[in-house]
Amino acid sequence: MLRSIGASSFDDLLANIPESLRLCGDIDVPGPLSEPELMVHMERLAGLNKVPGEVTSFLGGGIYDHAVPAAVHHITGLPHFYTAYTPYQAEVSQGTLQVIYEFQSLIAELTGMEVANASLYDGATAVAEAALMALGIQRKRRKICVSESVNPAARAVLRTYIAAWGIELVEIPLNGGTTDVAAATDACADAAAVIVQQPNFFGLLEPADALSAAAEEAGALLVASVDPISLGLVRPPAEYGAAIAIGEGQSLGSPVAYGGPLLGFMATTSKHARRMPGRIIGTTVDTEGRRGYVMTLQTREQHIRREKATSNICTNQGLVALAATAYLSILGGTGLRELASHVLAKSHYAAAELSKVPGVKLRFDGPFFREFVIELPVEGSVVKEALTDIGIWPGIKCGCYYRDMDNCLLVSVTEKHSRRDIDSLVSGLAAVLATGEA
Amino acid sequence: MTGPDRTRDTVVEPTIFELGRPGRRGFRLPELDVPALDPAEALGAANVRRAGPDIPDLSEPEAVRHFTRLAELNHHVDRGFYPLGSCTMKYNPKINEDAAALPGFTRLHPEAEERCCQGALSLMYHLSRHLCEISGMDAVTLEPPAGASGELTGMLMIRAYHAARGNPRSKVIVPDSAHGTNPASLTLAGYEAVEIVSDDEGRIDVDELRRVADDETAAIMITNPNTLGVFETHIAEIIEIVHGVGGLVYMDGANLNALLGIVRPGDIGFDVMHFNLHKTFSAPHGGGGPGSGPVGVTAELAPYLPYPVISMDDARPEGRKFHFDYERPESIGKVHGIYGNFLVAVKAYAYILSLGPSGLRRVAENALINANYLQTALRDHYDLPHGDYCQHEFVLSASKQKRHGVRALDIAKRLLDFGVHAPTIYFPLIVKEALMIEPTETESRESLDHFIEVMKAIALESESDPGIVQGAPTATPVSRLDEARAAKDLDVAWKRRNA
Repeated sequence: MLRSIGASSFDDLLANIPESLRLCGDIDVPGPLSEPELMVHMERLAGLNKVPGEVTSFLGGGIYDHAVPAAVHHITGLPHFYTAYTPYQAEVSQGTLQVIYEFQSLIAELTGMEVANASLYDGATAVAEAALMALGIQRKRRKICVSESVNPAARAVLRTYIAAWGIELVEIPLNGGTTDVAAATDACADAAAVIVQQPNFFGLLEPADALSAAAEEAGALLVASVDPISLGLVRPPAEYGAAIAIGEGQSLGSPVAYGGPLLGFMATTSKHARRMPGRIIGTTVDTEGRRGYVMTLQTREQHIRREKATSNICTNQGLVALAATAYLSILGGTGLRELASHVLAKSHYAAAELSKVPGVKLRFDGPFFREFVIELPVEGSVVKEALTDIGIWPGIKCGCYYRDMDNCLLVSVTEKHSRRDIDSLVSGLAAVLATGEA
Repeated sequence: MTGPDRTRDTVVEPTIFELGRPGRRGFRLPELDVPALDPAEALGAANVRRAGPDIPDLSEPEAVRHFTRLAELNHHVDRGFYPLGSCTMKYNPKINEDAAALPGFTRLHPEAEERCCQGALSLMYHLSRHLCEISGMDAVTLEPPAGASGELTGMLMIRAYHAARGNPRSKVIVPDSAHGTNPASLTLAGYEAVEIVSDDEGRIDVDELRRVADDETAAIMITNPNTLGVFETHIAEIIEIVHGVGGLVYMDGANLNALLGIVRPGDIGFDVMHFNLHKTFSAPHGGGGPGSGPVGVTAELAPYLPYPVISMDDARPEGRKFHFDYERPESIGKVHGIYGNFLVAVKAYAYILSLGPSGLRRVAENALINANYLQTALRDHYDLPHGDYCQHEFVLSASKQKRHGVRALDIAKRLLDFGVHAPTIYFPLIVKEALMIEPTETESRESLDHFIEVMKAIALESESDPGIVQGAPTATPVSRLDEARAAKDLDVAWKRRNA
């Protein structure tokens, strides 16, 4: 091939790279490994991680271990989907395009909003993108309010994204585990948006109507970060006046995967459709009048608008959005409602049983979905360490994220937990506390 | 009964909303073994959804067939050639998928105690070290979930670096050949874009750079090789000019495939760069994500990396060696909710280990040979505005064909009829009627020869029968789609029309 190029050696092709810039010698990385050698190594690494099966885990905090129908990963495993790229050539990408259109439709249906985008990286960056979108809509306002009950990692990402713009960020304090409405009313004057999470980080349902009224009074947009599984039972954000609904969609058919890839979603009203970041797929027709799908409203995007784009996002989470679409199709509306009611029943059973353990009580009183906070007579880290030794992961240490909550654990229960799993957590905790191991 | 004509009577696949019947089940939940609750009682009536969600009920075979039929409408790398310039659509070895599907990775929760996730931490730590070694940078974060996110991360670190020295500065220089994400990312980081024109060879104009660089220049963002597939020959001088005014030099690593084992950006003076694991390191593109955009920096910038940083401490007992470091007071913060796209990192790690040092260099060598082979074969049939040896990709112009009324868009669409994916078109912006072709190293000579034959045939058609090219595609599931109508009559979510 070099001969047909007219080169006498490979080095001829490097003529434009000054020799002084070229690497002398090899890069020092391991390998090459054959397939069997590689798999031995990878299996060894994977084996150093503890996962459900070896342990009973009640970890959540935004990333949830729900059951995934087998068909979902067989669908995402079709090379037609996973070895394609962004559907730049619509005529040979109708599969990807229609899937994303269906995804957008499902997100719109779940949230009650009118339009949705093709996905964002994760629920945390979705919070940040929603804030930027609100600032773009409310150009005169330079303040964002966010409730302290919004996922701490999402608030951290939000801080990173808006720091460079000199935007004022106000965190609204809590009262009894949910957003303090009076404080919210004070805070959101002049704010471009008020960001809340429903159910919030502690699993509690927020006073949505009161927060919405406070936002409306101040002329701020209400941004609601919602949990898609809960929407099988819980009132959708459109009904309490959210201008932008966002959330983390990993629980829709994707594994926990050490926190990535995840799936951010975003939905809004028709009025703000042209302000949304990210890809948007729309229907159209071909030259013969057949229904087809294309990327639309591209003049918002970085490849056209460059520095004036609504966001710098290019790639989205296409394959994870496919998993969510396949998951919701296989569950169906009936299945999703049933799933949400199972999660509700099991998490409430767990909360009731745990609060019977001497010294243990629920930290908050309000209604909750899937997650709840227990307060212990000792530090959460001590209990967690002791329970980890007997193969039970009781929950997330709230002290890592909140002041005055060192004795608290955030417990997450899904439909995968059997009554026996829950009972083993209860008896394990009772034993650990009784023997004073903790 | 005659069957439908495959090419022209494709049956439009219904949306899932038009499939299924109420009450059909694709999945059965585990038995409810605790007392059922009344949602209104448990949550409060005001918090309960009154109706819907209106999602159809499908059986498993209905759902699987729907998505399989949709899948068949896609072009993809496993089916054939995908020379989409700048996107590095190389073949993705299957073993990487198997590695990333191991339950020890997929079922691992990010809140697991450190001693329970040593395998994942070890993998992330070592992948970071390998990326440092490949790039010549001193430290790498895996947190950015995509290339554009990496750009933002890098720009925010540059901002933090300057701010720590008293002035964040206000401007970032970008060549006019840059990816659109570059100006969008630097704007998001609070900077103003200063665009500089390229010289006649498509390279950064050094005199122009010298003119615009000043003490308000925070950085320059450079794609090298650039989007024309050309190595910035004067890169050492460019870096010297920017460093001379106290600015930093950022490398968009989209085209790192061309440099593996040949040039290390850190060695030649770049301060910050991002990697696209889904391009260079072969993680599949997933129909548009998930990607992964790690960022590498010099030691001077390491304090600003997103938190947490993974450290290895040999003094710790076995099983606790790897740990997260959250005590990063100068960190720019977090750019992803967790640690980035971990499973994509697993695939990149497996890819690097499969290839080893010599294999990685061979990637770059074969990418260059393949690109130059195509460029040489096609330059007599299409305009080649920049005629040097290219690196891993090159840009043709359809200006010759335009004289017959055939545009780059038409050529792209005609390629689809031949079962080949189109190149990137109308980018970079500095080439009129651009066709940006990146074959990658994984194509065989036969596959390249087929592409050459098809491109020659289209060049001939453009002269002899331009209507065929202008009317393409005809062999695809749908013909050309009306994009203007999609934006005008916006329909981005299905509504039950007969409700």
